[in-house]
Amino acid sequence: MALKTTHVPTGAVGRDRSLLWRQIRLGISYGLLFLLALSFLYPFLLALTTSLKPLPEIASNPVDLIPNTWTLEGYIRMRGLNVGRWLFNSAFVAIVITLGNIIFASMAGYALSRIPFPGREALFLTILGTMMIPGIVLLIPRFIVLKQLSLLDSYGGLIFPGLITAFGVFLTKQFFEAIPPELEEAARIDGANRFQMFFQVSLPVARPALIALTIFSFQGSWNDFMTPLIVITTNKDLYTLPLGLALLRGGIGQNLQWNAILAGSLVTTLPMALIYIFFQRYFIEGVSYAGLKG
Amino acid sequence: MATGIKQLDREEAISGWIFMTPALIIFGIFLVIPIVFAFWYSLTDWNGISPPGEANFVGLTNYRSLLLDSGIRRADFFKALKNTTYFALGVVPLQTAIALTLATVVNQRFLRFKDFFRTAYYFPSITSSIAISLIFLFLYQKSGLINQVLMWITLGHWTPVTWMNDARGLIHILLENMGITLRGGPEFLRLKVLELTVWDWISGPSVTMTAIMLMNTWTTIGTMMVIFLAALQDIPSFVYEAAQIDGAGGWQTFTKITLPLLRPTLFFVVTLGLIGTYQVFDQIYVMTAGGPAKTTLTMAYVVYRNGFRNSEMGLGLATAILLFGIIFVLTLLQRRITEGQRD
Repeated sequence: MALKTTHVPTGAVGRDRSLLWRQIRLGISYGLLFLLALSFLYPFLLALTTSLKPLPEIASNPVDLIPNTWTLEGYIRMRGLNVGRWLFNSAFVAIVITLGNIIFASMAGYALSRIPFPGREALFLTILGTMMIPGIVLLIPRFIVLKQLSLLDSYGGLIFPGLITAFGVFLTKQFFEAIPPELEEAARIDGANRFQMFFQVSLPVARPALIALTIFSFQGSWNDFMTPLIVITTNKDLYTLPLGLALLRGGIGQNLQWNAILAGSLVTTLPMALIYIFFQRYFIEGVSYAGLKG
Repeated sequence: MATGIKQLDREEAISGWIFMTPALIIFGIFLVIPIVFAFWYSLTDWNGISPPGEANFVGLTNYRSLLLDSGIRRADFFKALKNTTYFALGVVPLQTAIALTLATVVNQRFLRFKDFFRTAYYFPSITSSIAISLIFLFLYQKSGLINQVLMWITLGHWTPVTWMNDARGLIHILLENMGITLRGGPEFLRLKVLELTVWDWISGPSVTMTAIMLMNTWTTIGTMMVIFLAALQDIPSFVYEAAQIDGAGGWQTFTKITLPLLRPTLFFVVTLGLIGTYQVFDQIYVMTAGGPAKTTLTMAYVVYRNGFRNSEMGLGLATAILLFGIIFVLTLLQRRITEGQRD
């Protein structure tokens, strides 16, 4: 009995103290999380304001966030270097590649999951196996193939190799497998053939997978550096943003025109950032598809 | 009836192959043929300029000059192997650990601003590697933000580093601080193993390479975090409730329940990390081109440089195939280790 009475109050005091302690800990945790978030965003923020500074100011103080003098000098210089054309090329190539992936990858993914045909298993395993091949191994042999097909220095060279990815086939196959077959059976009884079943029944249902695929294909192509690096050898009108930017760094030499370079980096970042902000949910879902299925 | 089924089977087979046709054409031309070419041309002396058909067959010469014959090719190959290995050893554990920590924290049910944190941490992952490299080139200047922040944190004790031009190895710096140098150290440090002295092999990543490693970690954390998050959300909540009833604390729950359930994801993330780090290229191309003193020369950069800069495509391909082999073995090894721990 005595034990009990002494036990209760100390317990209550302990709880009070632990509550306070928990709140301090919570405060520190949130502080750290925000600090970390800042470290992930601040480089972009500083790049943005620096791109709006004149060169002498950047040279004398590359750290201050707010410019003393605001100028569009960097952006004007980038326009002079044809950044508009790079932007168009990047967008054009990324859009065509994305469309290609949506159509071709989902066709293949559908066939591999839904249509029984001889050789299906072997085909799927082969495609899966190619995902193991590191991209760097393909760098030179793709150059050979493109050279033989006279596709160097052409949009075709930038686009064709990316029109379908093994990952896209895999993603759509997994998705189509999860759709109940009854959905298509009804259409089949109504006399629909495979193409009608695919385009009218299954494809519309696969919207979430297709959105994830769209994002991955677009992002992959937009940020791709290796393909344009080997495909574009002489024709500067075919530079994409990453290629143009990377070569800019080499071309200017030691005295880097930081406002222009950072302006170019932001022009490259911004479209992806906007897509990310609007379609955030799908990015995260897309990565989860990839992660879980891997 | 039997013929009807056969008829249907045939129709299915035909439509199956029709659906596969675009995939087969594109994969055939840009995946299968290139793989065959990779092996074949690694046995030739093709220079990348003349028609590929005119290349001479040279047998295993390219592989020999990378692995056996003394000279700059072999020296560069092993330098790159060393640098890339240090890169992977630093980046993979670091990004995996931070990503897992962040995922666990962000996954807490009562956390506020969850969406904001997730968005912020994932943001660098969607950005072009070239744009990020250029931005960090700016931040890594001697008078740049990184040095300034370090000065501020250490209350002025930090001596600004020329991040992009510092070839000193981290382990060398450490050893020299302990009084061990190449000249004064034991004899075996000067022993040459595969073109490099033992002292060179144990250099650790150079300061410049470390800077790139940290940037790379910073970029990839988001992707890995999201993969962990997806896996965490798949763990049913009753598992945690059961643990709570049994009186398990937070740390115990993490090590005894969360971690074992995440093992397949952990394997996936580490594999992804290894494959990615062993191919690091874009950042090197933009930031250092392999310098200073070849301390950021990576395997992938050597593939490119041998092939496209030095017009030795055969040699570049041999390098690429050896790199493929290394990645393959590492992945298998990794799987063996993860599976071994389970028993």
